[in-house]
Amino acid sequence: FRKMEQEMLKCLFLGFGLQKIRYPCSKKDPFPGEAPIPHKQLQKFQRGEKYKVPAGARRRLKEAIISSEAMSELAQKQAARYDLLLPEDAGFLEGDEDEDTNTISQDDIADAVDITSGSKYFNLHLSQFGPYRLDYGRTGRHLLVGGKKGHVACIDWQSKDLMCEMNVMETVNDVKWLHTEAMFAVAQKRWLYIYDSKGLELHCVKKFNDVLRMQFLPYHFLLATASATGFLQYLDVSVGKEIAAVCTKMGRLDVMSQNPHNAVIHLGHPNGTVSLWSPNQKEPLVKMLCHRGAVRSLTVDKTGTYMVTSGLDRKLKVYDIRAFKPLHSCFLPAGASCLSLSQGGLLSAATGDIVQVYQNVLGSSPVSKPYMAHRLRGQIWGLAYCPFEDVLGIGHGEGFTSMIVPGAGEPNFDALDTNPFRSSKQRQEWEVKALLEKVQPELIGLDPGQLSKVDQASFEQRHKEQVEALGFDPLAKDKFKPKTKKKGRSSAGAIEKRKRKVAHEDQRDEIRQTVQERTERDKEQKEKSNEKKKLGNKSTLDRFRK
Amino acid sequence: MAADEEELSINEQAISASEDEEGSDDERKHKKLLEAISSMGSRKRKKQNERSEASVQVSEFFVNAEGTGEKVNLSDLLGTVEKTSGASNKTKKQLRNLQSSKETLELPLNKQQTEKIQRGIAYEKTAAEVSCWRNIILQNQKAEQMVFPLNQESPGPKRVEQVVAGWKVQTPLEQEIFRLLHINSQPVDDPVLTPVEEQSLKAMSLEEAKIRRAELQKARALQSYYEAKAKREKKIKSKKYHKVQRKAKCKDFLKQFDEMVKTNPEGALEELKKMELSRMEERMSLKHQNSGKWAKSKAIMAKYDDSARKAMQEQLQMNKDLTQKIVVPSDDEHESNEEGLETIPDFVNDSEPVIDSVNPWMRGQLTHEEPEVSCVTTEDVQTAEEENEEEELVGEFERKRKLRQADEEDLIPTEEEQPASEVVEEDVVEVSDKEEEDDDDDDEEEEEEDVSEFNTLFRLMRSEKTLEEDEEGLLNEGQIRVRNIEDLEVLGEFVDPQPIAEPSLPRTAAVEATSEPPYKKKREIDLKEVLTKEAKAVKVPFLPTVVDEEERDEQISIIKEAFAGDDVISDFIKDKSKLEAAGRPEVVDLTLPGWGEWGGVGLKPSRWKRKRFRIKTAPPPPRQDQKLPDVIISENRNASVASHQVSQLPFPFQNTAQFESSIRTPIGPTWNTQSVVKNMTKPKVITKMGAIIEPMVKEDFIKNKTTTPGGKGPAIMLGENKRAKEGTKRSSEKHRGRRSQKRRK
Repeated sequence: FRKMEQEMLKCLFLGFGLQKIRYPCSKKDPFPGEAPIPHKQLQKFQRGEKYKVPAGARRRLKEAIISSEAMSELAQKQAARYDLLLPEDAGFLEGDEDEDTNTISQDDIADAVDITSGSKYFNLHLSQFGPYRLDYGRTGRHLLVGGKKGHVACIDWQSKDLMCEMNVMETVNDVKWLHTEAMFAVAQKRWLYIYDSKGLELHCVKKFNDVLRMQFLPYHFLLATASATGFLQYLDVSVGKEIAAVCTKMGRLDVMSQNPHNAVIHLGHPNGTVSLWSPNQKEPLVKMLCHRGAVRSLTVDKTGTYMVTSGLDRKLKVYDIRAFKPLHSCFLPAGASCLSLSQGGLLSAATGDIVQVYQNVLGSSPVSKPYMAHRLRGQIWGLAYCPFEDVLGIGHGEGFTSMIVPGAGEPNFDALDTNPFRSSKQRQEWEVKALLEKVQPELIGLDPGQLSKVDQASFEQRHKEQVEALGFDPLAKDKFKPKTKKKGRSSAGAIEKRKRKVAHEDQRDEIRQTVQERTERDKEQKEKSNEKKKLGNKSTLDRFRK
Repeated sequence: MAADEEELSINEQAISASEDEEGSDDERKHKKLLEAISSMGSRKRKKQNERSEASVQVSEFFVNAEGTGEKVNLSDLLGTVEKTSGASNKTKKQLRNLQSSKETLELPLNKQQTEKIQRGIAYEKTAAEVSCWRNIILQNQKAEQMVFPLNQESPGPKRVEQVVAGWKVQTPLEQEIFRLLHINSQPVDDPVLTPVEEQSLKAMSLEEAKIRRAELQKARALQSYYEAKAKREKKIKSKKYHKVQRKAKCKDFLKQFDEMVKTNPEGALEELKKMELSRMEERMSLKHQNSGKWAKSKAIMAKYDDSARKAMQEQLQMNKDLTQKIVVPSDDEHESNEEGLETIPDFVNDSEPVIDSVNPWMRGQLTHEEPEVSCVTTEDVQTAEEENEEEELVGEFERKRKLRQADEEDLIPTEEEQPASEVVEEDVVEVSDKEEEDDDDDDEEEEEEDVSEFNTLFRLMRSEKTLEEDEEGLLNEGQIRVRNIEDLEVLGEFVDPQPIAEPSLPRTAAVEATSEPPYKKKREIDLKEVLTKEAKAVKVPFLPTVVDEEERDEQISIIKEAFAGDDVISDFIKDKSKLEAAGRPEVVDLTLPGWGEWGGVGLKPSRWKRKRFRIKTAPPPPRQDQKLPDVIISENRNASVASHQVSQLPFPFQNTAQFESSIRTPIGPTWNTQSVVKNMTKPKVITKMGAIIEPMVKEDFIKNKTTTPGGKGPAIMLGENKRAKEGTKRSSEKHRGRRSQKRRK
């Protein structure tokens, strides 16, 4: 098997791809036909069940099914083949015998690894305006930090190049990058502000007040904000419009996360519930009771399968949000104030001034000890993993710390989607394409595949919805309006008379119809009875009579 | 008048042939006179029934079978033949055979039926002809991509001389040959045409182009003249002019018609039909009678005004002219005779039904069918022979008419009878000859009928089958009709592609549902059931040491929350039960106290009444969160996605599962490799820019069929032959074109 793989690799490197390889010396191809694809890889790219042609299907149906299946199979196969082009593996930390990995300090790691990787462990001492919230850009190159006391800075953190730094002279509740590194949003004491990468104030969005937390939905170009007044609002940053404002009626919203799989916003509430929201519905899609105390933090993994929550009851719970069932929960002595899941599935939890990183949280077995731990000098305020890097950013009271967490980031990036090494030209290209492919906010829902399903609602229901959406009934009959006539024929009485002529037309129709039906029925019955009578008069022997 | 006639006829009957001639002469004159008088009246007299059968009492004026009551036997007619020496033995024998055979000839089918059969045959023929396109059409429909124009450069094998460019002559013999060829500017490779020839094949010659252009010019000029003339004439306002014109036209038409009767009886018949049609219209509409507004006004004026009277008369004349029945001159009698004898209709022999020359589908077949046509004799097909026959027929008709006229004038019965009997004899012989031929045809027809019967039966069966299938398809449609809770439970669990196939499943589910008595109890969620996951303590290497002010705040809130701990759960449960209650349908109570019974204070409507007038609506499907005590899932439908969703199943699919599976693979480049995206989004039709897309020719695909299984000869030869043939074809077409041009001139 390994040999075969090597062969395949060889083919690939030689640029033969799917073509037959001609060996000059040997006459026969030792590996005839297409290179086989490992079953595991095929399974990875499988989309749904294969549909078999039902017995007795018509010709057109048969053709349609066969062709679509062939296309799906081709797509799957090709994707599996191209999976070879993702050769990178995630690393991990391995301790010596009898050594816990969580005792290995960051300094040791930074010393052990190469210089570039080592430089990813650093501290920013910003004790004046802390504690800090932070956000990494989608490509993972740009870092945005916002101190509670108004200090905002964006940094190209790998080159440590400061893009801008300012003090907004106001409380900063949260900071968030928008779709590119050119713009970011800052939730300040009263309004929501948008700045460009030079620190220039672009917008002050006064519709969004008292924002506490923000989430950016990159494929929908939506900035979702949760406010202290209990409002969840959606701002379309591509057109600058508020798409939806939902009054959650759940009090202060300071726990927020997004499900990257289906763009549903998760909110944590003081009564221990977590609610799931979409901009299309005024009530929560799902409301689940997770903790006995208030929810302190929550996060969702990138596949949208798992949700991790922590509450005031000092518990950390892992939920399967496809089934809305808890998988396991564990008790943290101090409770977790901040949670973050990495692309690789590592969970980091901030317990007081300590950051703990857990491995295999999302599995079925509960964890017993952390994978890594790191103590900081201040209270932790923000946690975020850097995409495509083995780095965990921590915002705390004394500034910012970048921590190396081996195996955190996704090793293979999609250069057409998020390319950490893209040039400005590429970024511009990407921006245009992304805007063209923008997903409409109506499509947000629990099931992202809803669009590919047939709407099975009845006509009445659809009509009702249409009426609701339009505000009027498009199929309704116009009300009768009497024409104005001259010579006194448009007097109030005459008008009333004319109106009465057409009044209750539909009811009249109905009555007319029912009456007609009844008369017909009566007629039939009469006829039947007549026939019966006739038959009754006849005897069986009548048939022999001439 | 009528009484007179009757008397007359009785008299005539009484008069026998043996009576003296003088009296008869008087009688004749008298009758003639009467006839002349009767013909003067506008109304047509009732025709006297004339019959040609032989009878005992033969009047010398006309044949009348009245009073005989006997059937005419063949022997009566053929008795004389036996005795005559002139008739050949063969015919005698045949006649005798005919006499002995008791079979009566079948009646000819009526027009509707014959037409029906003809249509049936024509349909089958055309169907067979068209069905040869079926395969190629299906293939094209199925094809993922079509590239037009269809037959571009053939990707198959090419000629050696086309492929090998750098081939040189080497041997002296070759050199000699090629030198000679070059000198004479002959093609080096024998099949290939000279460049001049090739060009001439490709392009239209200058002469031809000029001729064509001139012709077109002429046509255009003529058209413009004609148009101008027509316009000018139309503008003339004089009524008299138009009247004269109309009359002239009428005369012209009559003249033409007379000529047509002689030369082209079919055309004349058509004209007659047209006239008949106009007559019918007139009779239906009564447009030219005195019932119109104009006519009435004229009628009032007619007393005083001469011109009005004239106009009215004209109108009435017009009406008369139009409503006058057109008499097809006298030969219908003969025809009826003939038809009576010709028992087998024409279409039986007519193997080639009417081919519509306008129909393009038929055009291709015409060339193949021609030989068949020529061997079959029908009236419809115009062959030279046929024309001759027709002319003969027409001549005969003419002669007979003249004879009849003479007969009417002179009343010479002997002369009339003879030819008639002759005709009968001839026809009888013809029929006997024909019968033998037609027997085979009859058999064939019967067979055909059988086949067609079988076909119809088969079709019926098939349609039934398809109907059944349809019904099945309808039943199997993905939208599962929800009727009760049991079904709904099944719905919630899974969407099986064939839920109807296993009806036992929902029933068992129902049993389960009903066999759960603690159903109601379960609804009240136990506090113990919520948040059951046991927590596992985690060892942490170092404990938090720093306790900030914020931490202290949090501590306070923790304490607060800790006291409200139990409340959190009970609140949630209350919320949920409230929602569930809201989702349940309400019972509508329509009882009216006092109706049909006593009402008043302290009186309750009876139990029966309450039962009768309480309307319970069907419970909604069970909630999604029925089995999850600590989850509330919204039951609202997401209507915003619905506007983007497919709401009706597209054509070939029979249920939603099929359709959904067919669109489950996305086609965008985000999810697929480049090649797959290209493959998935390739256009269905590709056309070459600037290329003329000709309609498909039958040869295109038939040729393919013939070449693929063949391949006996070398590929090069095949291609060349084709080319040569094409060349000849083209040239012949050109010739034809020229000829037609000349004709047009």
